[in-house]
Amino acid sequence: MTTTTTGAERLPALLRRLTGDEKHSPSAYSTLDVLWVLYDRVLRVTPATVDAPDRDRFLLSKGHGPAAYYAVLAAKGFVPEAWLDDLAGPDSRLGHHPDRTLVPGVEIGSGSLGHGLGLAVGTALGLRAQGEQARVYVLTGDAELDEGANHEAVAYAGATGLGNLTAVVVDNASATHGWPGGVAARFHGWSSAVVDGRDHDALAAALTGHDGRRPHVVVARVEPKW
Amino acid sequence: MVTGMREAFVDTASGLLAGDPRTALVLADISADAFLPAQRRHPERVLNVGIREQLMVGVAGGLALTGMRPIVHSYAPFVIDRAYEQIKLDLGHQDAGAVLVSIGASYDAASAGYTHMSPGDVALLDTLDGWTVHVPGHRDEVAGLLRAAAAGDDRVYIRLSTLENRAAHAPRGLTVVRGGGRALVVAVGPMLDPVLAATAGLDVTVAYTATPRPLDTAALRALAGTDVVLVEPYLAGTSSRLVAEALADRPHRLLALGVGRAELRRYGSPKDHARWHGLDAAGLRASISGWL
Repeated sequence: MTTTTTGAERLPALLRRLTGDEKHSPSAYSTLDVLWVLYDRVLRVTPATVDAPDRDRFLLSKGHGPAAYYAVLAAKGFVPEAWLDDLAGPDSRLGHHPDRTLVPGVEIGSGSLGHGLGLAVGTALGLRAQGEQARVYVLTGDAELDEGANHEAVAYAGATGLGNLTAVVVDNASATHGWPGGVAARFHGWSSAVVDGRDHDALAAALTGHDGRRPHVVVARVEPKW
Repeated sequence: MVTGMREAFVDTASGLLAGDPRTALVLADISADAFLPAQRRHPERVLNVGIREQLMVGVAGGLALTGMRPIVHSYAPFVIDRAYEQIKLDLGHQDAGAVLVSIGASYDAASAGYTHMSPGDVALLDTLDGWTVHVPGHRDEVAGLLRAAAAGDDRVYIRLSTLENRAAHAPRGLTVVRGGGRALVVAVGPMLDPVLAATAGLDVTVAYTATPRPLDTAALRALAGTDVVLVEPYLAGTSSRLVAEALADRPHRLLALGVGRAELRRYGSPKDHARWHGLDAAGLRASISGWL
């Protein structure tokens, strides 16, 4: 039985169990460092509190390629490591897109792009209406922002000052037409930070850099996909 | 004194917001003025997201995930047709519940044209699992249906219309309004009065329901012989599949009447559209008596 609170050095081995690929380095996973920093240093949620009303929420909107997410959830003890060995098998609870009803600690099922931000806004509003101090984090990709549904959520959250919401945009420059002027400039009414998506200390500072009066966006820049 | 189904909805939803802190209302500008008093009293639970229907349904999903009970309201083509994938994923796939309440129906806004019509809303929800659908036929049926829906955790659609029957009836189940012999005529929601007028003097049983999903197939089996006529205020044939399944073990005939698929590209009034789709009393009588 491995301990459930191992460090980041265990992630490559966990990823190999998911992919069977001996060659991929962790840097092949654009979201890996952001996810690790969130679960290791930022989110107030543990395997024991996955149903607690006052837990912080993490919503993975960019649901495709969730290997890094599953590896982090396993490293932190949310799911048994043995689940990693049968990714998307007929009896597996872990698919190529996560299903919240199958995986402890997974807040939303995702895959179709552009749904997480709207769900995150609703979650943040629901927590606020019930007096909870918890924070909602939602992770998207820069290409995912092409989806129009995101812009409804970004504009509304900015205009209404939804202060308990943080969006994390993992920017690997994969949007077909790019975001001239930068991703952060699209988040009107939000506070923002643009950081190296591989620098854990910079990520931790940015992910806790909200002012509580506005929604906060962290653009985590990683190696371009193409 | 409520003056219509929409007003009954506003009154009842405002009362629910005052009485149950779990209740939230999500709007996309439609009917926002009518809910201003409720919004002033409950600013954190009456949420008008602006003209953003995808967000409206996504927000409802997020609210439900925190344990709240969202009521979502807009015109039928905007809350159902436009936000279909949000209904499928942000509610159904998340295993989250909500109460969707629409106005406009198939052609209440006939003068606004096809953009404001949703004859396909119930058929769209039929592609998804677990939806209860209420189609009240009278304003006095709205409050009870909405209160019961708000008390649950499931997915419920309430389809309001400006077309109404003269009197309220029991909105659940399939209940006999007029007995007869040769066929069973099922009238859904506001189709009851036109059906009663159309079948005057015909030897048929007329039964009413304002809850087509789940369809009361036990009562249907008990009331039906071999001949069944469906009269629905949305796309013709929407419930044919359920009648066929319910009567699969017996030879039967089915006439399915409702709104046609063809886009008429005409304005006019709801009454005009009812006539053009053969859903006024004269059109229904011609269809039913010809088929019998």
